[in-house]
Amino acid sequence: MCAVACADAWRGDGETLAAAMGTCAILGSRLARLTFAPGLLTTDGGALLTRGPLPLNRPAATASHTAEGWLPFRDHLWLVLHGRRHVMMGAAQLDRHGRSNISRIGDRDRPAAQLLGARGAPGNTIRNTTSYWIPRHTRRVFVERVDMVTGAAATDAHDLRRVVTDLGVLDFQGPGHTLRLVSVHPGVTVEEVRDNTGFDLPTPADGVGRTRDPTDHELHLLRGVLDPDGLREREVRG
Amino acid sequence: MSPDEVAARLTDGMTIGIGGWGSRRKPMALVRAICRTPLRDLTVVSCGGPDIGLLCAYGKVRRVVAPFVTLDSIPLDPWFRAARQSGDGATSIEFTEYDEGMFMFGLLAAAYRLPFLPTPAGTATDILRVNPGLRTIRSPYRTAGAEGGEFVAMPPLPLDAALVHMNRADVRGNGQYLGPDPYLDDLFAKAADRCYMSCERLVPSFDGPVQSLLVSRMFVNGVAETPRGAHFTSCEPDYGRDEVFQRRYAAAAGDPAGWQRFRNRYLDADEPTYQREVKRT
Repeated sequence: MCAVACADAWRGDGETLAAAMGTCAILGSRLARLTFAPGLLTTDGGALLTRGPLPLNRPAATASHTAEGWLPFRDHLWLVLHGRRHVMMGAAQLDRHGRSNISRIGDRDRPAAQLLGARGAPGNTIRNTTSYWIPRHTRRVFVERVDMVTGAAATDAHDLRRVVTDLGVLDFQGPGHTLRLVSVHPGVTVEEVRDNTGFDLPTPADGVGRTRDPTDHELHLLRGVLDPDGLREREVRG
Repeated sequence: MSPDEVAARLTDGMTIGIGGWGSRRKPMALVRAICRTPLRDLTVVSCGGPDIGLLCAYGKVRRVVAPFVTLDSIPLDPWFRAARQSGDGATSIEFTEYDEGMFMFGLLAAAYRLPFLPTPAGTATDILRVNPGLRTIRSPYRTAGAEGGEFVAMPPLPLDAALVHMNRADVRGNGQYLGPDPYLDDLFAKAADRCYMSCERLVPSFDGPVQSLLVSRMFVNGVAETPRGAHFTSCEPDYGRDEVFQRRYAAAAGDPAGWQRFRNRYLDADEPTYQREVKRT
């Protein structure tokens, strides 16, 4: 369900690089390429653009015949500025305007939790289409104010597309380009999402939808090809 | 040179760049050698991995300049976190944080001897707020297609010394990488006043395409042959990351007695002892 909702984020992107962080986001990018978005470019998680989507937890392609291109980190950073890229990244905190934080929780000089650092978030959001994958939708993530803005707000960003969580799908079409709940996953209520969000969450005038189910073909690809070890089950609580 | 001889060329307060990326092809033998010296107050410039973590664990670091610190398969390095989260002035460190692309431009500017390079990355984020020295600039051009707006003027990241690890090198200091990614190692070498290189194997001449000759001897001041010198980070294709050992490193950091045992056994003696003990593990 989550992987399919992630996959749908890349719908219509054509020949762009799908850069994904997190198990379900990676699965989503590879699933999209195997189904409705054959033009997408995907990587082995390292420097190779792969000829086809790789299964998770399997040895990465190192032989040149499994690669269709070379994208070492420095070229990846070039592509970030060039822009033919739709990134789906994580966030420790996200506010209603789409400002995200992956750097630290708490004070700058003595953080309560030092996280990754800004990484590529500033460049991603300012030049690339950006979506977020949040495996645990809680008030700790969806906060009134982030402790450090590492990803730009929707009004400043190139294109904040959507946020997929374990509870539902959100976009930035709320008032003034703020977060809005678009659909809830089966078994999840709108109230439940609102209870787990640290700010008021608007909904579309015509109501909140239900996230689509995976097709049989998608389920087959996820279970049999892309994630035979079921790593996605470890990322999302049951 | 030996790793210890490289470490002996460094002095307190230096700004040291370290090649590799996250937990990949880090010059760990050189980092371990630094840990065994009395060096202190270092500013470390790095796409950070356990190089940062170990130097923090040994109290060598005053400031980290980095876009991130990660062990890749383990998202966060425990020693870097501890040093940042500590309120103790003796062990806490400063963190100068840039976007990845900006960071690369900082090395490029230093390598090209340019006063800055413009980038849109960092605008509309707190990168400018946490780096109050950063300035912005407007494009002086108004030609069609050129973008207006505000750009961050990323200043150079000049280094007193750079440390890199290569798959192969010759005695004169030419370095070859054989893995899938050069990372930013040649930029580190070019941004530095001095560069010291460790390598898996010294060779009299190079096999493979000339494009794999990444670092030129004109930037290199010393070479150390240190087989498995990137351990426990990866050094493709010679070896992958030692995930078991990396987990052991991360686990030991959470327990003072366990860390003391880890140090005693692996780190406090010398590089041959480290490699011998790893083999016995």
